[in-house]
Amino acid sequence: MKSRFLTLKPSGTRIQVVEAGKGRDLLYLHGAGGHMPADPLIAALATKYRVVAPLLPGYGQSTGEDGLRDMLDITLHGLDVLEALKLKKPIVVGHSMGGMIAAEMAAIAHTEVANLCLLAPAGLWLDDHPIADIFSKLPYELPGLLFHDAEAGVRLLASGGDMNDPEFLKQFLVMNARRLGMAGKILFPIPDRGLGQRLQRITARTLILWGTQDVLIPPVYGHAFKKAISKSKLIRIAKAGHAVGQEKPAAVLKAIREFF
Amino acid sequence: MKFTWFHLMPWPHMPDDFRQKHRSVWVDLPSRMYEPELGHIAYHQYLDQLEYAEQVGFDGIGVNEHHANAYGLMPSPNIMAATLTRRTSKAALVVLGNSIALYNPPLRVAEEFAMLDVLSGGRLVAGFPVGTSMDTNYAYGTIPALTREKYAEAHELIRKAWAADEPFAFNGRYTKLRYVNCWPKPIQRPAPPIFIPGGGSVETYDFCLDNTYSYSYLSYSGYLRAKLLMEGYWKRVAERKADESPYRAGFAQVICVADTDAEAERLYWPHVNYFYNRCLHVYPGFADAPGYRTIKTIQTGALSQFTQAAARDYPNMAWKDLLDGRYVVAGSPETVRQQMEELIKTLRVGNIFCLMHVGNMPNDKVRHSTRLFAEKVMPHLRNLWPDWKNHDDRFWMHPMNEPVPLNVAAE
Repeated sequence: MKSRFLTLKPSGTRIQVVEAGKGRDLLYLHGAGGHMPADPLIAALATKYRVVAPLLPGYGQSTGEDGLRDMLDITLHGLDVLEALKLKKPIVVGHSMGGMIAAEMAAIAHTEVANLCLLAPAGLWLDDHPIADIFSKLPYELPGLLFHDAEAGVRLLASGGDMNDPEFLKQFLVMNARRLGMAGKILFPIPDRGLGQRLQRITARTLILWGTQDVLIPPVYGHAFKKAISKSKLIRIAKAGHAVGQEKPAAVLKAIREFF
Repeated sequence: MKFTWFHLMPWPHMPDDFRQKHRSVWVDLPSRMYEPELGHIAYHQYLDQLEYAEQVGFDGIGVNEHHANAYGLMPSPNIMAATLTRRTSKAALVVLGNSIALYNPPLRVAEEFAMLDVLSGGRLVAGFPVGTSMDTNYAYGTIPALTREKYAEAHELIRKAWAADEPFAFNGRYTKLRYVNCWPKPIQRPAPPIFIPGGGSVETYDFCLDNTYSYSYLSYSGYLRAKLLMEGYWKRVAERKADESPYRAGFAQVICVADTDAEAERLYWPHVNYFYNRCLHVYPGFADAPGYRTIKTIQTGALSQFTQAAARDYPNMAWKDLLDGRYVVAGSPETVRQQMEELIKTLRVGNIFCLMHVGNMPNDKVRHSTRLFAEKVMPHLRNLWPDWKNHDDRFWMHPMNEPVPLNVAAE
């Protein structure tokens, strides 16, 4: 995996883009946690695709978060990045918050997104199945929320730590303030910015993947997405939690290969 | 010196096993714990105490705004202040304050504060807090990273609304109003004195200096730990070449006065313990929503008073620990006088927000402590800033010269 930088005009926003692999172009939009260290999903996808994974402003070394306030700002930013990357008929893959952004991009610019893969996307809200509040979670609570196998999740996230240690607390707050501060613009306090009424505009062939053990956004949401998007297929991935791509990278790669 | 007797109005009936049974006093504490009939008694006792504070000579009486919690039961401090306008006649009404980013439109604050200023005959001291993260973000749903921008816009609207004599249009990002027309307007022109409660955000220093607002540091960890932060503020005042009026700053302090030091422990320890271990029991995940504080502020190491509280080991702190660390100023009038003088001089503050109802303290003890402070401590602290003639017109109320006599207040 290597990183390069993309400067968007005219804003001057500088975007860090992680790239890996060869093959058909695949755009990957990360979730609210950003990329994981040596992200297992990007690594798996890179065995068959040319993965291009830009970081949202506020994540990694990408800048420009102050200029993005709402869903439309962020959707248009995503389309600007897509255009600037000059990809050839890419498969657009988005996880969680990234799935919400990808779905918005496909709904608003349906001629530009023809192949869409949503990994446990955010963006809908069902009163009977409330989504957990990730913003108030402490580091030690995250592995259990994101992974079916929480112990393996701890190792993947390299998180944990002692909230009573002021130095750890400070580092945690700085990292979280920047990333989740940005994510909060579309996910806080309820991750619904009206996507439900736009999903029907999506004309892309759409693959929806969901971990059967997802406790953050329960699998019932998969059915809601499938119902609203006309050319879509829902596949459930066994023994996977919300971070379905990082927990079961081979199964996700296989499903994408078979569908597209 | 100006002494404001400040009430948090906590819920005084949290059970002994509260800490074990509930993760937080704020945000997700089930409201079944609240009993309205007991709330009726508490509210009236609390209002009586504020009125009593005026009687014994405090300069100001104070209330503030919090939501979804048992720490402070005033979602609308303006309702409390309104009752106080009828039953008091001399003290400043320090509403510290309205969380201006939470009102829709924020013009509501301009209107209600104007109502209070008119009702009280120009006795309002207005506070504009950003609000705690528990209130602003978790209870009221404001997007953390946009909170400060929303706050700044609300502030601009309120000040313009008070200043204007004609309707005007306001095209903000968060509030769009074709006709801004603030009826009534405050007695104090162009605006009542404004206090900004701050928890150490560096941006707030400049905001206070730019607008001639008093910076009020609200902390429960006492003046020894506040020293560093207040030094930062005064350093900024000097850099900006502003005058060093002590009335540019205020500090909140838990104070308990008894006849002797030993008596203070006997009388007040259970209630101080209640406050630190139940009222401040905030789940750390609610104390500081990601994005609520700017990166710059977090990097300076300034944590909110509730993040600090979460990081401290209050359950294992005894009366002696809280006193030695000066979290609490308590003891005989002479002990309290000495420590308050040290506090006032080391922090260089002209305003003290005296927290004298503590946790679940019963009415008789509140009055005892309040009276001792007013009679035996306050007079000795009055003249600590003789260079400033103990008053700074910019940072205190300007009541009407001849207010209409109120029958109720005269009774």
